[in-house]
Amino acid sequence: MTLTALPPIATSIFGLLAIAALLLTFVMLGSRWLDHYLYAFAAESWMIAGLSATVGIYAGYPELILIALLTIVFRGVLLPYLIWRIIQRQAADHEVEAILRPSSSLLVGAAAVIFALVVAYHIGDDLGLVGTVAVLALTVMLAMKLIGFLMLVFRHEAISQVLGLLVLENGIFLGAQILVPGMPMLFEIVILFDLLVAVACFGILVRYLRSAIGSTSSLGLRKLRG
Amino acid sequence: MTASDCLVALFAAPALGAAIAAGSRHPRVAEAANLIGSLIALAAALPLPFFAAYGDTVLLGDYLIVDRLSAWVSVCTALVYCLSSLFAIGYMRTLGEDAKLPTFYGLFALFGWTTLLAPLVNNVGVYWIAIELTTLVSTFLVAFERTPESMEAAWKYIMIVSAGISLALLGTVLIYWAGTFSLGPSYALDWATLTAAAPRMSPALVMLAFLLALVGYGTKVGLVPMHTWLPDAHAEAPAPVSAMLSGALLNAAMVGVVRFLAIANASPVAREAHVAMVLFGLVSLAVAAFFIVRQERVKRLMAYSSVEHMGVIALGFGFGGAFGTAGALFHMLGHSLNKGLMFFGAGAAMRSYGTTEIARIRDFGRHFPRIGALWLAGAVAITGAPVFALFFSEFVILLGGFDQRFAWAAYLMAALLILVFIAFLNHFRIMFHEPGEAETDAPARISAWCVTPMAIALVPLLVFGFWWPSAFWNYFEAAAHALGMVAS
Repeated sequence: MTLTALPPIATSIFGLLAIAALLLTFVMLGSRWLDHYLYAFAAESWMIAGLSATVGIYAGYPELILIALLTIVFRGVLLPYLIWRIIQRQAADHEVEAILRPSSSLLVGAAAVIFALVVAYHIGDDLGLVGTVAVLALTVMLAMKLIGFLMLVFRHEAISQVLGLLVLENGIFLGAQILVPGMPMLFEIVILFDLLVAVACFGILVRYLRSAIGSTSSLGLRKLRG
Repeated sequence: MTASDCLVALFAAPALGAAIAAGSRHPRVAEAANLIGSLIALAAALPLPFFAAYGDTVLLGDYLIVDRLSAWVSVCTALVYCLSSLFAIGYMRTLGEDAKLPTFYGLFALFGWTTLLAPLVNNVGVYWIAIELTTLVSTFLVAFERTPESMEAAWKYIMIVSAGISLALLGTVLIYWAGTFSLGPSYALDWATLTAAAPRMSPALVMLAFLLALVGYGTKVGLVPMHTWLPDAHAEAPAPVSAMLSGALLNAAMVGVVRFLAIANASPVAREAHVAMVLFGLVSLAVAAFFIVRQERVKRLMAYSSVEHMGVIALGFGFGGAFGTAGALFHMLGHSLNKGLMFFGAGAAMRSYGTTEIARIRDFGRHFPRIGALWLAGAVAITGAPVFALFFSEFVILLGGFDQRFAWAAYLMAALLILVFIAFLNHFRIMFHEPGEAETDAPARISAWCVTPMAIALVPLLVFGFWWPSAFWNYFEAAAHALGMVAS
């Protein structure tokens, strides 16, 4: 079933959830405290799970309901819990130190969204999809990608960088639910497991970093150059 | 014996080796388990190109493919894995951390396993996961020595590469989306299906997906400007791991770029995709050349040489045609063997002199006549001097470039290669012939385990420099056709 044939209520719900996720990304970009950052990430994952479930119900992909449940378990509960444990264990400053002030980062983030919209509009135009939810999905996908990169660049605390990476993946996952709901399910399930392994690896590395360098800020990583 | 028997052995041996090495408490048992695993993997990989020459085999419900590209890269990977395992025995003993060796060999065999798996994967999504797995495993190998420098390298490595290949995931989603317009909402996500559907995909979407994959997997390949993790990780990892990173991992990621290029080849944007490839290749070559000129540390020198050679391979595939593709594929083999040899020599020099600086390694040839001769021969070979294999492959790539509309790029490439030749060998002149200061305390001995793999690596480099069997040529030409590199 194609996207254009869906009832308007379905596309409205998709749009609402996608925009809610994008707003939560802005919450992350603007927040000063690691805990808030983490809550916003968890909430965003729940939005994505909601989106998977709605797409599954309206577009007729029952397996997406399973993906939604797994998303809640992995991205919504397990990953935030793991990261929360890393934060607790290293007992670091819970304040995110950013290179830019939150207000300036929000502005840069807004510029990123506009850029994403322009790119998405051009592609939608090329495919004859202007005015459908596909353009919105592409915009949100690209915008979350760009904002994720902004977070990686602006923040130097190891944990906020890990969260930045997870936002990158959340963006792709979100867009994929709307654009390609029929994508093989195995792929999505394996990616969820892969994320779990990745976060576990990051957890170990953060501990090593702390013991070898004495801080988890990437500003301390300046020995290797040239 | 069939291709599937070979694959079973290819994947079972390193996996078992990893399990035994990690499970054993004894360092010697771990060494042996990894070495035997790698030898069996090599024996299983060598027949793969012969099977591939008779046609593609798809196995395990479409998830694995033995075609000319993947079979060839598997041989390169298995060779490096085997030589590095040999070298590791001599090298890792000098670190004096016997208690950590079982962990090391467990991770090392697992890393070997993931780099053998990735090129053979037929599913675009699973390939992405395989590449991600190689990163996760090798991060801990880079961080193995737990010094502040190696931790810094590991952190940069995992952050930059993870962020980079998330772009490749986006490219994967977009190319799948492009296919849904003609193939319906659900279809098999394998390379052949996408290539077949490419002519009917939206050109803009194919180009976007290709560029995302090029930048994403290109991060892992070490193309400039996404290469920043590479010199750190290669320089701080233990030498056998550096050899694997350079000779096996970079090729495994290059396979993804080439497969996406094959998809673009079948669509109207083939020309633009090749231009993008050539530009990334040239920039990589140029930036690496300048970092080689002013490099002060021996392993970083080798790392930038890897960036240079990945640039050359990207140029080969970018030029396309039978010559460009043949040269690039052959360059993969030559670079894998040669860079293994170079990292082995660099690792041995670093351990015996106890320094990472080129300026403090003096009279290497006089202190170590055998290993010195091998390392120097390797240095001459890796700069693409005649009679060695890399000269031949670079020459063929250049021919491919002159042949096409990329003559300007080929001239630039030739000029940059000459610059690298002079700069690289100048560092070796310092290490071998510059008279040292009086303080030279006798460097530590180097074990025979370290010399043997260097000698083994040099033999094929020399032989294939003189003699290119016509079977190779047929194989590469067929591969170029299969990848859509030749305009028919």
